[in-house]
Amino acid sequence: MLAVGLVLLLAAGLGQGTTRGVLREELLLRPLPVGDVAAVFQFRTRWDADLQQGAVSHYRLFPKALGQLVAAHGVRELHLALTQGFWSTQSWGQPPLGAPAGAELWVWFQDTVPDVDKAWKELSNILSGIFCASLNFIDSTNTVTPTASFKPLGVANGTDHRLLRYAVLPREVVCTENLTPWKKLLPCGSKAGLAVLLKAERLFHSSYHSQAVHIRPICRDASCLAVSWELRQTLTVVFDSFTSGQGKKDWSLFKMFSRTLTDACPLASESKVYVDISPKNKEKQLLEVTPTPTSVHEAIVQGDKTTYAVYDLLSPVLFNTSRSLNVQLKWKRPEDSSELSTPIMHAQRYVSGYGLQTGEISTLIYNTHPYRAFPVILLETVPWYLRLYVHTLTIITKGKENKPSYMHYQPAQDRKRPHLLEMLIQLPANSATKITIQFERALLKWTEYPPDPNHGFYVSSSVLSALVPSVIAMKDVNVEESPLFTSLFPSSDGSSYFLRLYTEPLLVNLPTPDFSMPYNVICLTCTVVAVCYGSFYNLLTRTFHVEEPSRGGLAKRLANVIRRLRGVPPI
Amino acid sequence: MAELGVSPAFAVGREEKMAAAAVAADEAERSRGRRAALSFAAIAVLLGLPLWWKTTETYRAALPYGDIAALGRLPFQVAVSVSVVFLPGSVPADLPRRLPYGDVREERVPVSSRSDVASRTETAYRGSTAREEAALGAATAREADAALRALQDSPPGSLTVYVLPEASSLLPQGVNVYVGKHRSALVRAGQGLATLHARLQQLMQVMSFTASSIAAALSDRVPDGQLGPDAWRHLKSSLGYEITFSLLNPDPKSHDVDWDIEGAVNHYVQPILDKLNLVANFSVDSQILYYAVLGVTPRFDKESSSFILSAHSLPHVINPVEARLGSSAASLYPVLNFLLYVPERSHSPLYIQDKDGAPVTTNAFHSPRWGGIMIYNVEVPASPQTSLPLRVDVDMVRVMEVFLAQLRLLFGISREELPPEFLVESPGNEGLADWELDHLLWAHTLENIATVSTTLTSLAQLLDQISNIVIKDDVASEVYRAVAAAQDAVAELAEGRLRSAFQASKEAVTSSERAFFDPSLLHLLYFPDDQKFAIYIPLFLPMAVPILLSLAKMLREARQSKKEPTKMD
Repeated sequence: MLAVGLVLLLAAGLGQGTTRGVLREELLLRPLPVGDVAAVFQFRTRWDADLQQGAVSHYRLFPKALGQLVAAHGVRELHLALTQGFWSTQSWGQPPLGAPAGAELWVWFQDTVPDVDKAWKELSNILSGIFCASLNFIDSTNTVTPTASFKPLGVANGTDHRLLRYAVLPREVVCTENLTPWKKLLPCGSKAGLAVLLKAERLFHSSYHSQAVHIRPICRDASCLAVSWELRQTLTVVFDSFTSGQGKKDWSLFKMFSRTLTDACPLASESKVYVDISPKNKEKQLLEVTPTPTSVHEAIVQGDKTTYAVYDLLSPVLFNTSRSLNVQLKWKRPEDSSELSTPIMHAQRYVSGYGLQTGEISTLIYNTHPYRAFPVILLETVPWYLRLYVHTLTIITKGKENKPSYMHYQPAQDRKRPHLLEMLIQLPANSATKITIQFERALLKWTEYPPDPNHGFYVSSSVLSALVPSVIAMKDVNVEESPLFTSLFPSSDGSSYFLRLYTEPLLVNLPTPDFSMPYNVICLTCTVVAVCYGSFYNLLTRTFHVEEPSRGGLAKRLANVIRRLRGVPPI
Repeated sequence: MAELGVSPAFAVGREEKMAAAAVAADEAERSRGRRAALSFAAIAVLLGLPLWWKTTETYRAALPYGDIAALGRLPFQVAVSVSVVFLPGSVPADLPRRLPYGDVREERVPVSSRSDVASRTETAYRGSTAREEAALGAATAREADAALRALQDSPPGSLTVYVLPEASSLLPQGVNVYVGKHRSALVRAGQGLATLHARLQQLMQVMSFTASSIAAALSDRVPDGQLGPDAWRHLKSSLGYEITFSLLNPDPKSHDVDWDIEGAVNHYVQPILDKLNLVANFSVDSQILYYAVLGVTPRFDKESSSFILSAHSLPHVINPVEARLGSSAASLYPVLNFLLYVPERSHSPLYIQDKDGAPVTTNAFHSPRWGGIMIYNVEVPASPQTSLPLRVDVDMVRVMEVFLAQLRLLFGISREELPPEFLVESPGNEGLADWELDHLLWAHTLENIATVSTTLTSLAQLLDQISNIVIKDDVASEVYRAVAAAQDAVAELAEGRLRSAFQASKEAVTSSERAFFDPSLLHLLYFPDDQKFAIYIPLFLPMAVPILLSLAKMLREARQSKKEPTKMD
């Protein structure tokens, strides 16, 4: 009887909790191989309500601005990332959440949306207002509809890619004015909980900064009969602790953020700090974290077994001894940084060629797995003013041509849409694949050049999506219980995991005219017209008169004298 | 010799002839050159300049400048039709004519020195019908009002006044005028026509528009300073409004506040909005904001051991909160904010003090044209050992009472002080009587027309001042449409057809805004005339210089040839 009552009570509590929404916050600290430290914040608001078509207008934990957006524009899934810097996979390992440099926005719309392009335009304009970013520059010239690279991350009944829009603005600069509205969306703001650490002056004093918003529908429970909405706000920073810490790889929360943690956000049902303390080269642990973690969690993340020291901010034990939590990490002995383990997949891209007429884009994709091959989907979006020659596309692996098993190419239209190239390429084990394609640089109209045209034109990162084979078999875990950083991308089976990588953005120079040219042209034409006109005028208005020689020449005068002598009238 | 003598003379004559012919030819040649130069100049001036002007000109469609100016000067005329129905036994003895009859009274309501509003009251006096008498036979005034509603078919803006016999028991003792929920009122006949007229006059003041409401609606046309404080309180007329209820919880650690806003909105707000739907579109939403603090630190008052927010610090309260409220992503309508503030534990209880230092009973205040704030104190539990956070369920009845009163204030439908002999029926669940709605319609119609007139006037001024703004045909057609709709609204208003006048004024506002904010107006704004001339100087200079020089030469020659004949004489 008592047990039943308790269960009922629990159920009631749960029901109450879910209509209001559930907030989980999490910070993952990961020492990177080269000595930098990556900090990944994740805030997840889950709301068991249907946001669609204005059915809900009373917001509690979920921010109203985003909720209205989802309802008003028929958004099924929204992913926005604003990134400053470039995640170098080669030295930092695989990114926890990849994002291209600049701004990236991809949205899946509901199939009830009558005009997807119009909704997309309005949505990007509103988002640009909410996040103070230049997303209003998203138009048809940088929007594409990928067919294979971007699948819905939430529950979806159909994947009709016509409802998807994807755009990247590689020129976008991310700064404090983008962070402030992002922080404002958090229920606790930056007043309590992990968000206290988000101090702009420290966050932007870093090698890499990426903030993102992911909205998607998820299953409400295991049976998945109803849909809940999930808002995930993530922020990734990489601190260069090696140079700022006088050559030591030790770090602490205070050193990185110049703040410490004092409490959890009172609205959060979970508030945890994870520190990656997994032993790297099968030795005993070289690092020491203080204070002692509340628990140790082992998980398989991105195909690797990792050990985390967990600090649960909601457990009363943590703040018993000291008022604030300042996680510190010390290396027990100076470590030789020679053992740089290369990630299984990484990629590189560059533009080559000389002169201002043609060029070549080369992408190198590495598979360092010793014995397993895996396929990768490559997405290239190239602006229309670089005219790609698809017949020059070559894919070479280990000196042999590698034929893509799927290819989707949508040619660009001048001033209307960019090139879209999607390919499914098989990467053999332990190989490097080189993809090259040649292009011709177009001449723009003089008003189409941006300010400072000699800086060059950005070509957005290409996107690599792959199911990378896992080193260790993974087991299926309950998404609601596992840490947040493991659960954004769906895992298909135990043997592989999904990974999305972005390559470097490219900077390409286009032939740049002299911008005083129009005036020069006007001057030249006017001068030519004036010269023609002048001679014509001269010709027509000049007066001609017959010049009578008054006395004639010497011969004539002589002749006249002779004629007078002869008595003949002179001439 | 003779031959010899003749021949030189002959020779000389021939030479002269030849010289004369040469001079003549020369003259002809010179005049031809002159003509050529003249025709060059003529072609350049008559053909070239207009052609250049035409081809480099910006397209400007014609606008009805005259009509727009007239719209600003237009005297408004507002017509109200009132029917006065006499019940048997209530007809005053000194009635001027036999029933039924009608009279028309015109009045000028001064709005400003330049313009005023003519109000025209058409009163029709008649005797009651049998059905009306049956309806008025009800036990109470309220029932009679409901019964009369079924009989009436009164258009918006009209009034029906039933004159009851002096001894009627329908009205309670001491009440002479009863104002119903709809568009009717009951009046005791009183002694003679003069009393009745006085009562009707008072009734009209309550149920129909007043000079102040007209002045407030036309505030755009009224010079500053002449308006009372009420005029600034009312929301500007708009096609729609967004109402946002926000619960501010600055201290979620101590208070776990929850409110049943869905229920409260459905129960209290929606009925009013259903009624107001005629005036504008409304959307309602709500949010809970945590860690949102007021911008002012309240003062601790030892006597009452409470915290005090004084009236003069209230203006500073809103700004920091507003940054958190966020703007609406879904529409461009003005937002009405209603904030419920639960003070943090260290600052509670918190009370608002008015200018005299007395606590405000509702513990709430409103900000004109913005919304309202209410402070909701959480009762401190008796035992200090209660675990935090404290669970708080907001008493929505108390809150909504305040917010609804503020909503009415913001829409300018608050009730004024009435004489004691008046009894006004409470609008009940609908929150709004029909005649109050008519008030609002009048005010909004007038305001819309005034807005259209100012919008169009400033647009016309702008276009007049900056000559290189392109005026496209669709902009022009929007302007024409706005002018026509505004004129229509004015005409309908003068006819007393309130609903269609309001509709027309709404259309006028939409069209005028669309014309005013058309992005095509900005295309060539930054391409001034001097740049245009600078670009064409390399063409103009070489073309103009020879023409001018030859003209000058011709002028000089003409002057010389005029002088020469005088010398000869």
